[in-house]
Amino acid sequence: MDYLLTEQQTMIRDLARRIAVEKIKPVAAHYDETEEFAWPIMKVLAESDLFGIYLPEAYGGLGGGIMDMCLVTEELSRACGGIALGYAGTALGTLPILLHGSDEQKKRFLPDVARGKRLAAFCLTEAEAGSDAGSIKTTARKEGDKYVLNGTKQWITNAGEADIYTVVAITDKARGARGASAFIVEKGAKGMEFGKKEKKMGIRASATREVIFTDCEVPAANLLAREGMGFIVALKTLDTSRPGVAAQAVGIAQGALDHALDYARTRVQFGAPISSFQAIQHMLADMGTQIEAARALTYSVARLVDSGAKGISKESAMAKLFASDVAMKVAVDAVQIMGGYGYMRDYPVEKYMRDAKITQIYEGTNQIQRNVVAANMIKETLKK
Amino acid sequence: MNIIVCIKQVPNTTDVRIDPVTNTLIRDGVESVINPFDAYAIEEAVRLKERLGGKVTVLTMGPPQAENALRQAIGLGCDEGVLVSDRKFAGADTWATSYTLACAIEKFGEFNVILCGKQASDGDTAQVGPGISAHLDIPQVTYVRKIEEIDEKRAKVERMTEEGYDVVETPLPCLFTVVKEINTPRMPSLKGMMRAKSAKIAKWTAADIDAEPALLGLDGSPTRVVKVFTPEPRKGGELLSGTAEEVAGELADLLKEAVI
Repeated sequence: MDYLLTEQQTMIRDLARRIAVEKIKPVAAHYDETEEFAWPIMKVLAESDLFGIYLPEAYGGLGGGIMDMCLVTEELSRACGGIALGYAGTALGTLPILLHGSDEQKKRFLPDVARGKRLAAFCLTEAEAGSDAGSIKTTARKEGDKYVLNGTKQWITNAGEADIYTVVAITDKARGARGASAFIVEKGAKGMEFGKKEKKMGIRASATREVIFTDCEVPAANLLAREGMGFIVALKTLDTSRPGVAAQAVGIAQGALDHALDYARTRVQFGAPISSFQAIQHMLADMGTQIEAARALTYSVARLVDSGAKGISKESAMAKLFASDVAMKVAVDAVQIMGGYGYMRDYPVEKYMRDAKITQIYEGTNQIQRNVVAANMIKETLKK
Repeated sequence: MNIIVCIKQVPNTTDVRIDPVTNTLIRDGVESVINPFDAYAIEEAVRLKERLGGKVTVLTMGPPQAENALRQAIGLGCDEGVLVSDRKFAGADTWATSYTLACAIEKFGEFNVILCGKQASDGDTAQVGPGISAHLDIPQVTYVRKIEEIDEKRAKVERMTEEGYDVVETPLPCLFTVVKEINTPRMPSLKGMMRAKSAKIAKWTAADIDAEPALLGLDGSPTRVVKVFTPEPRKGGELLSGTAEEVAGELADLLKEAVI
């Protein structure tokens, strides 16, 4: 379907697609197996200027928006949802600076992100603070012109590989939800360590580790917005980034369908390609239709975000939950169409099924997304 | 360092079809791309510039649409593009083509290095690069797989041979044709592609490059393609089966019969 992309967006999508096909597809199975971080691919993305597409030109970017970021994430995910996360996770870690950073902070950090010289990571989740992000225990204590951080962040995407970490920590416990603040912490800061690399079901090319702060000193100049704004920074970041997860899900779903379709056309049973059987055709038709619907919603929401609209929580949650549910269903069906071959690790679709699952879980489970959607719907009726 | 890269636009297929009547390539309906071997020359030129500073000018002779290939090359890091295009060039063989390109290069003035792909994927002659150096009366090294050392005055390169490689030292300016072993071409960058979109491509005609009219195009071409044909496909070999001893004996007999 034609989504009326601009000339620049078409260029971005085509370049991302070419990198996905020529550079990522041939190595996706390798990185899934070894769980290594795909630095050579990050280098290609950096040299192609893709890390900077959603950042302002004043900070070395190309001046695009979330829509552009989604196009790239989708195309990369079509080849490997895990490798794509090195890119998308950097966007997530960078958004707090883009949305809430001062001009000085933007000047200090965004040009390196735009060049792909430094990756970024977003640190919110803790062992006892997942869906209930409000119960984080990491603290930041002000001492003169610096803050001292203590606590452990869990399941941090890009941890260890990234150079820039945006971290939410409690500065004033007494103030509850208004007692959190967001900080930029640079890799190498004294008192900052990384835990062991997690072994995951899917997106295994993506690095997931703990980030441990033990009396970690952060310059006061690295406080984002003001003290007490931590959760506002986090929520605004997630509202803005969720179309990116949706785009990752659409890409994974499309990649799974590509494989299933190729297989169905060439797999002969009962003397005919299985794509000639209505049972398979109807599955393929549903998969294709669901993906297109998810893509249309994702792009619409990405464009809404870029329009500068206020109150995007509901739409952003809708895109994330719908696209990720589609990705899971399509990936399961792709395995089903390929039967025994689909279940074998020598073939790529079982990986898409493993990769799809995380999109229903991270950046807010789909249950939390539904809470957000319903709460906003109810709020809207009350306003009328 | 002033570097010139000569490129050619070729049909995007390794399965080139030939018109049986005119004996020329069928270009209709086939997308045109930069000759794959030239991509290595572009990459090497851009790497030299990144290392030593200077400028990369990409040059092609061809129809007006060859401008796209020049823009792609700018997207890959070249600085300027020059299209030499004139109806008078039509039908040029490798001699007339290399003469035309040499005339254009003489117009550039100072340069240190000319880079070309080892051959074009459509004609496969591998003659235009060496032809340019002959017309310009500068040294040439073909099948370069590595530039070991280079400064403004001289270079030391590895030239691939069937058994291994030669190490060749040459004064500059010099023309190198490169093989795919020399590098891995990068992906285009978005900033490069945007610069390419708005870049001005110089367009030169036969008059602009002070070329001798009699040496251009079909009239200036000492060679003619008399016949182009598709060779018979190679017949499948014979497969012997049995124990090692049986097969060896049978093979010896067959070789004796064939008088090899």
